Amino acid sequence: MTDGMLCDECGERPAEIQLTTIEESEMKTHHLCTVCATEKGVSATPSAKAPLVDFLAQLGKTEQQESSRESGEPCPYCGTTSADFRRTGRLGCAECWAHFDGRLRGLVRRLQGSAQHVGKLYVHSGSDLGDRLAQLAGMRRRLKRAIETEDFETAADLRDRIREMEASD
Amino acid sequence: MQNGGTLDGRGIAWLAGGGDEGEIVLSTRVRLARNLQGFPFPIRAGVEDSGRILDRARAAIEAADSLREATVWTIDDLDPTERNLLLERHLVSRELVERAGEEPAFAALALAADDDLGVMVNEEDHLRLQGFSPGFALDRAWRRVDRLDEEIGTVLPYAFHHEFGFLTSCPTNVGTGLRASVLIHLPGLVLTKEINKVLEGISQVGLTYRGLHGEGSEVVGNLFQLSNQTTLGKTEEELVDHLARVAGKVIDYERSARSVLIREAPTVLEDKVWRAYGILRTARSLSTREMLNLMSGLRLGVALKLIRTPSVQTLNEILVLGQTAHRSRDVGGSLDAAEADVARAAYVRDRLAAEDESTSAGSDTPNGEPN
Repeated sequence: MTDGMLCDECGERPAEIQLTTIEESEMKTHHLCTVCATEKGVSATPSAKAPLVDFLAQLGKTEQQESSRESGEPCPYCGTTSADFRRTGRLGCAECWAHFDGRLRGLVRRLQGSAQHVGKLYVHSGSDLGDRLAQLAGMRRRLKRAIETEDFETAADLRDRIREMEASD
Repeated sequence: MQNGGTLDGRGIAWLAGGGDEGEIVLSTRVRLARNLQGFPFPIRAGVEDSGRILDRARAAIEAADSLREATVWTIDDLDPTERNLLLERHLVSRELVERAGEEPAFAALALAADDDLGVMVNEEDHLRLQGFSPGFALDRAWRRVDRLDEEIGTVLPYAFHHEFGFLTSCPTNVGTGLRASVLIHLPGLVLTKEINKVLEGISQVGLTYRGLHGEGSEVVGNLFQLSNQTTLGKTEEELVDHLARVAGKVIDYERSARSVLIREAPTVLEDKVWRAYGILRTARSLSTREMLNLMSGLRLGVALKLIRTPSVQTLNEILVLGQTAHRSRDVGGSLDAAEADVARAAYVRDRLAAEDESTSAGSDTPNGEPN
């Protein structure tokens, strides 16, 4: 895919790696030779200068594991894996309850003798927070999909909105 | 709301005794586990999120009617002795205290002005609302904490699921998030060897027991904390009422066991009580465990009127104030184990001697000052 192009960095060796990054909301495509790519830490570990690359790589990895939840895909919101849960006995966030739903239902039934809450009902009204957790988890899932389909414009937009939400107090 | 401040005398109102069944049940508590929407649970929350959770909790505590003039202590701001002080007073859990480390944990305790309501922030769950009462008073403790829950839940959006109920970090707390417990003294059942049957019985009806310091602590001094095992599939009132009924039966069994002992083995019983008193009055070194075990004998003697002093209040005070952090604080430093044992023995001797002098001792109490 980089036929005939020279490396953006050294301008000497043929470009063999195409690296797409999103920097300050702009999508950038770099063409690199293997030497420069290695120097920039692209081929092995993503460069610390481009945290998003790191982020995307991580998302890519979890995406591959998506096919089987039971094999231990982490909670999309907090990153808790089923191994973490097995080790600590603790869930990492409210979203874990939805994420590990299938397994938890059986466990709860064994522990509690029931899986249906019949106590106090709770509805919060007048909250300006909304369901921040569910919103964030939804946006993260859409971000993953956007990256998977190389829709980098949407990905950049979602990334900014997630950052905004995380920063908002 | 007050930030920090003296711990002197806080959270120990129940030591005055006087609650229902006060000679068998020391105290009652009901706690509700709650988490806020939009934040990872404490096990996954980073420093920033933990700080935000504490900020929000403070705002809600400030707004809660039940917690007017409450005091809030951040665990990070307390020294290790002060943290253990709260632990010995049963106001916080070991988990909360142990969250204090190199990074700010933003773990905190809020305590109502009248000491019978508290909130732990950033423990295993974001919030642990607690109601405390002296003696056997489950319904009172529940009603107070239920009201606080309404007040806090109006301000802060809780994580709630239509099926699982209030979502918690550990599935053993999910649903109502309610754990009700009574701290109960059962020397009669232990001495008559009926205790295992009773403990087996309570586990068959969905209850469990722990030691003085809650989860994971062993039973010392014949003090058991009876509590509900499950938190889901029953209403809060059903859980509280069930514990109240079963604990009521255990109290009856304990009373029968004590009657049997006094009828069948009065001398053995009296000997046990007076030996305990003798050691507590004269020992020069006492471990916490030895103190708690001997205090059990003395408490039984007081309840059965085999001995006139000390009062239930003094018994309760020694139980809490005789522990290591309290002794360390008294001397303004930290004591190692051996020093603490010596300080504890001196404290117990003084407290028992003072009680002898302030009440006109009967002819069967020792005369003179054993110190």
